[in-house]
Amino acid sequence: MSERKIRVLIAKPGLDGHDRGAKVIARALRDAGMEVIYTGLRQTPEMVAEAALQEDVDVVGLSILSGAHMGLVPRVVDLLRANGQANVLVFVGGIIPDDDIPELLQAGVKRVYGPGTSTTQVVEDIRKDIPALPA
Amino acid sequence: MELVDAVLAGERLALARLLTQVENGTPLGRRAQDTLFPRTGKGHLIGITGAPGSGKSSLVNQVARLFRRPPAASGAQPRKVAIVAVDPSSPFTGGALLGDRVRMRDLAGDPGIFIRSMAARGALGGLARASAAVVQVFDAAGYEIILIETVGAGQNEVDIAGLAHTTLVVDTPGMGDDIQAIKAGILEIADILVINKADRPGVENTERSLRAMLELGHPKIQPQGKDAASQPGWTPPVLSTIATTGSGVEEVYQAINRHGDYLRQSGEWQKRDRVRLQVELEALLQETLVARWRSRVPAETYQALLDEVIQRRISPLNAMSELMHFDVNYVKGVHQE
Repeated sequence: MSERKIRVLIAKPGLDGHDRGAKVIARALRDAGMEVIYTGLRQTPEMVAEAALQEDVDVVGLSILSGAHMGLVPRVVDLLRANGQANVLVFVGGIIPDDDIPELLQAGVKRVYGPGTSTTQVVEDIRKDIPALPA
Repeated sequence: MELVDAVLAGERLALARLLTQVENGTPLGRRAQDTLFPRTGKGHLIGITGAPGSGKSSLVNQVARLFRRPPAASGAQPRKVAIVAVDPSSPFTGGALLGDRVRMRDLAGDPGIFIRSMAARGALGGLARASAAVVQVFDAAGYEIILIETVGAGQNEVDIAGLAHTTLVVDTPGMGDDIQAIKAGILEIADILVINKADRPGVENTERSLRAMLELGHPKIQPQGKDAASQPGWTPPVLSTIATTGSGVEEVYQAINRHGDYLRQSGEWQKRDRVRLQVELEALLQETLVARWRSRVPAETYQALLDEVIQRRISPLNAMSELMHFDVNYVKGVHQE
């Protein structure tokens, strides 16, 4: 009778108002059978980490198009760690210059996706990165 | 149990993890429920239901704020608030998009609030099967106000009335005429009727229809039994709100508190508790009996019978009778009426 679903938080930290990408990925993960919590626009890193904690998610996906990723993303990762959620997988999607990617990965981000990434790729990566879940 | 101790000590990560265990029905989650159950029964469980898009999440957001920062005139203390927000699961993939938090951003950063989204996971009554269990965990963890937002409801998603002490039904202007208002179902379960989006045209008509419905008699108005005349009754108030601006929400907050007082003074609180726990027990029995029976039925037998039904050789009732042979306590004749 027990049932285990991958839970994913899709969040948009920062001030840009373009959430189409976030919605597309949320929908794709839903269609892949995951439970996706969507928090809407203009979240602070603190709000993202708080939602990730309350929802006990396995994955946090951050969508950032504003260019503020080097400020926002490491902050989210640090807060997750401080809250005891170091095991939560973080991925970032948006307009991220190639030069910034190594530093984000270094900060603890698992994957960075640029424009044109297929949603199937993201689904496959999550399934691969989240070890088979015990019931 | 370590996790339970941490939850009782107020650790939020432990609470979040326990909720997952309980939601998934794991052995650990079940043991925790047993341990925590004697500590439940203190929280005021408040259900919020209504059609998709009627503004349930926005209303929950505003009401929760008032429980955290009560109006100075009321003299009330801030209460610890938990929110359980249920959204539907896809019948095809089992996935879900849980979007109620979008309307609750005002509540971020307050350690006296805990919001948890739940997917309905195939349950049909507007809640998830594990909603009652999740609510109990919050209750045991000391949350005094537990707001339960259902799936966007149609006419018949009334399970919330079996779980909550106080049920709010949210309607909006232009949702139908006075015939809709006298149909059986969702309006009957309301302890408080809220007309949200009251800045829209047609609000007077909606209000008139709802009041007319109440005048025709509402199942919850009259106290029952021989002492009925001497008991206080409860007439569901009809309140207009604009949840996005907060207009009218203070009246809703006060009505919830008044209803809580009414329940406690009239003895209705205990009565509802009894009904609620009976509903929960029955649901568990059904779930367990079906699971136990299913574990005895060979998959091939089940499939073969299903095939015969699909080919119209036997009826679903015939197939059921056949399958009941796998019930250990099967007595021939009893299931074959």
